[in-house]
Amino acid sequence: MLGDVFSYLTDGSNWSGSTGIAAFGAQQLLLTVTSLVIAVVVGLPPALYLGHRGRGGFLAINISNVGRAVPVFAVLLVLALGPIGSEEFGPFGRAGLATLVALVLFALPPIITNAYVAVAEVDPGVVEAARGMGMSGTRVFGSVELPLAMPVVLTGVRLALVQVWATATIAALVAGPGLGRVITRGFANHRTYEVVAGAVLVAVGALVLELVAVLVQRYADPMRRASREIARSAP
Amino acid sequence: MALVDGVAQCYVDNDWICGRYWTDYRPELTDATVEHLWITVVSVVAGLVVAVPLALLARRNATVESAVVGATTIIYTIPSLALFSLLLPLTGLSPTTVIIGLGLYSLTILVRNVLAGLQGVPDEIREAARGIGYSPTQLLLRVELPLALPVIVAGLRIATVSTVALATIGSIVSYGGLGNLLLLAVGNQFKAQIFAASVLCVALAGVLDLALVVLQQLLTPWTRHAR
Repeated sequence: MLGDVFSYLTDGSNWSGSTGIAAFGAQQLLLTVTSLVIAVVVGLPPALYLGHRGRGGFLAINISNVGRAVPVFAVLLVLALGPIGSEEFGPFGRAGLATLVALVLFALPPIITNAYVAVAEVDPGVVEAARGMGMSGTRVFGSVELPLAMPVVLTGVRLALVQVWATATIAALVAGPGLGRVITRGFANHRTYEVVAGAVLVAVGALVLELVAVLVQRYADPMRRASREIARSAP
Repeated sequence: MALVDGVAQCYVDNDWICGRYWTDYRPELTDATVEHLWITVVSVVAGLVVAVPLALLARRNATVESAVVGATTIIYTIPSLALFSLLLPLTGLSPTTVIIGLGLYSLTILVRNVLAGLQGVPDEIREAARGIGYSPTQLLLRVELPLALPVIVAGLRIATVSTVALATIGSIVSYGGLGNLLLLAVGNQFKAQIFAASVLCVALAGVLDLALVVLQQLLTPWTRHAR
């Protein structure tokens, strides 16, 4: 069994072509990155603004709960059979547009909830002190609230990234793009080794993305960078 | 309702909302909902049964704690479709495959909440209970677990609601409850079936969530008026 999986994964002919692992993998990565960028651009600014104003918390929290309760599979199906259809969509492949929209929808809850909570929960004493120093609302947000909130904001984006990757796999159930197609193809042809090989690829992909995201997050966190600089300048 | 050769118009038009579908397919809908319900309940209960001792172990030992938290993070990262497929060679096309997969996801949520709940019990209360002669077992059962219950139930709610949604993916191994109806409808683009199964799925999540809220109110009457 494991031998079959290994020989499937090491056979170059399984990687090439329009239905090969490389093509499906590229589709899935492209879908993941595109929808994450869209979700960040659409979701982050209003969530950060609401957190800054301290309003709309009820909405921010409940969006997250609704996101958990609605099955990805059902949403994908409804979108794929709806007006945005299952036609080819550029490099995203078949049912690409429906998948992209579904992925953006499922990336939004963790991004919005974490961004809102992160900014809204910044120590009010610190915000007060910044105001007392004469900072404008924009400067308080840019120089105080945002840097302090960054770790939690980035955690939300990281959660969304892994979630989007997982969801992109499910697109295969509606004959959509992505690595899940290797799994569904294995099922359709009763080739268990292909199913397991596809699953290994998807799981390893998710773990690698998580790892990369953790490293990027560690590097991008302004507070950590600031404390490193302080440590360096100390005698 | 307008009929064409005895077939309801909404079937002919392939409408999303079709009243006749709900009556014609009542047995299928009932069976799928029942399967969905028991798979969810068994998975979450199994997750809880494993999570409590794991959390108790993790509480004693920092090495175990970081190992448990690390392992559960990795499990939660693995997409559901992949997890069910990875279990396939071990447990085959059976409900066990789905229950192990969903149980693992519940476990990751529950072990954190049980741990957080127990760690949230104030030390003075623990000290007081020991002072009046409670044994470790009594302390756990009569003081710590009841006080941790709100946080544990909060975890149960998250685990249950996400399990209801994730169970649909179990259809890849033919045991996905309402997900089976969704997968069947992919082939023939049967919109009424997709709509009905999706609605029932969300409704099931809502009902179970509400049931857990009521359960918590009954189990922890002392929190009812505390604000």
